[in-house]
Amino acid sequence: MEHIELFFKSIFIDNMVFATFLGMCSYLAVSKKVSTAVGLGAAVIFVLAVTVPLNWLLDQYVLKEGALVWLGEEYADYDLSFLSFIMFIATIATMVQLVEIIVEKFSPALYNSLGIFLPLIAVNCAILGGSLFMQSREIPSLGLAATYGVGSGIGWFLAILAIAAIREKIRYSQVPPALRGLGITFIITGLMAIGFMSFGGMLTGGDDAPEKEVKKEVVSKEKNEIEDEKNDKKNQEKIATLTKEIE
Amino acid sequence: MGLLSKKDTKLITDPLADNNPITIQVLGICSALAITAELKASIVMSISVLFVLGLGNVVISLMRNIIPSKIRIIVQLIVVATLVIIVDLVLKAFAYELSKTLSVFVGLIITNCIIMGRFEAFALGNGPWRSFLDGIGNALGYAVILIIVGFFRELLGSGTLLGFKVLGDPIEKTGLYAIGYENNGFMLLSPMALVVVGIIIWVQRSRNKALIEEH
Repeated sequence: MEHIELFFKSIFIDNMVFATFLGMCSYLAVSKKVSTAVGLGAAVIFVLAVTVPLNWLLDQYVLKEGALVWLGEEYADYDLSFLSFIMFIATIATMVQLVEIIVEKFSPALYNSLGIFLPLIAVNCAILGGSLFMQSREIPSLGLAATYGVGSGIGWFLAILAIAAIREKIRYSQVPPALRGLGITFIITGLMAIGFMSFGGMLTGGDDAPEKEVKKEVVSKEKNEIEDEKNDKKNQEKIATLTKEIE
Repeated sequence: MGLLSKKDTKLITDPLADNNPITIQVLGICSALAITAELKASIVMSISVLFVLGLGNVVISLMRNIIPSKIRIIVQLIVVATLVIIVDLVLKAFAYELSKTLSVFVGLIITNCIIMGRFEAFALGNGPWRSFLDGIGNALGYAVILIIVGFFRELLGSGTLLGFKVLGDPIEKTGLYAIGYENNGFMLLSPMALVVVGIIIWVQRSRNKALIEEH
């Protein structure tokens, strides 16, 4: 349940592009055609799914305050979190290179479609952003970190797919000349982001705050019932007195 | 200016308008959009980028002849990451509240495409002094857009500028609020940043027809 919730949350509510504006540069630059957009989107999902759990391990066992305790008691006070930027980006850059080499070796077909995008991805803010948000939101377990990585990757994929499809169609419309290209893409993305904001209420059902309201409702229901009973008694008495009077 | 030749001045003035990193080169959009709800945050972000890009360009330009081209991306990332850590620590020490608002976006300066873009396009092929000017110019071009967006979003969204109530007090109904003006809370939400940048692009391209794209 936890996994499903985080999964949908990272796709829709905290969508990389529409909620936090991560990876906008490649989002704008590579969204002219659907086919290239799909390639880049798939590469982003893949790299996020690998780097977020990896950086989670790094954060838990090397960088966090007291994370080095497994080396011995005297390391318990070490706090290396100021190194997280440089460590995360180094992991990402090496992982991307490694993935590129492995894919080239074992699946040339996949490499031909994904390969050109992989170097681009090392400097995509969505990838580093995924790791940094994973750290600042204190995701508790490795499994959840993986879910978060895949989920945000899919969110990004959806966004770039949608804008690429819109941009292919918009060629046939009458856009004011000065807005053509970049300008209209910005405004459309803004409108899509407003649309995605409506997902905000999707998962709030299980939180604490609404539960109190439910309790209040229960209490007020009980009150109502008591009052109803009182009213009923009063009514019956009234009816009784009325019937007596009539008699 | 004795220090700057004509060519050098062009390096600084060009990115301010006709070759602006955000509206023309499409670099560094992420941070430009996410942190511009307040003018103060935009200014601090601009200064951070100015520092990182100016210094980073110089460092890369000094090392340009000894970096093997195969691993240059990693080298560049390490240089930026070091500079960004300095910025982050300084912000945490002297402006803690602000560093909380900027949260991960300070870290994201590392992957800000403006920086990598300028390293690749300029610093790897030019001397340190010209690279420095190029870095300053592009960072200023970035700052101009950030400050315009931050200005309008804060003014229209919360009626303040840098925290000062320039339009009067919304609760006591003074100033503009006395005649029925209301804040547009929508401007504070992130999607409006995109729309504001879109409008800036529109205005800029209407004034300079040469910049118009063909679909």
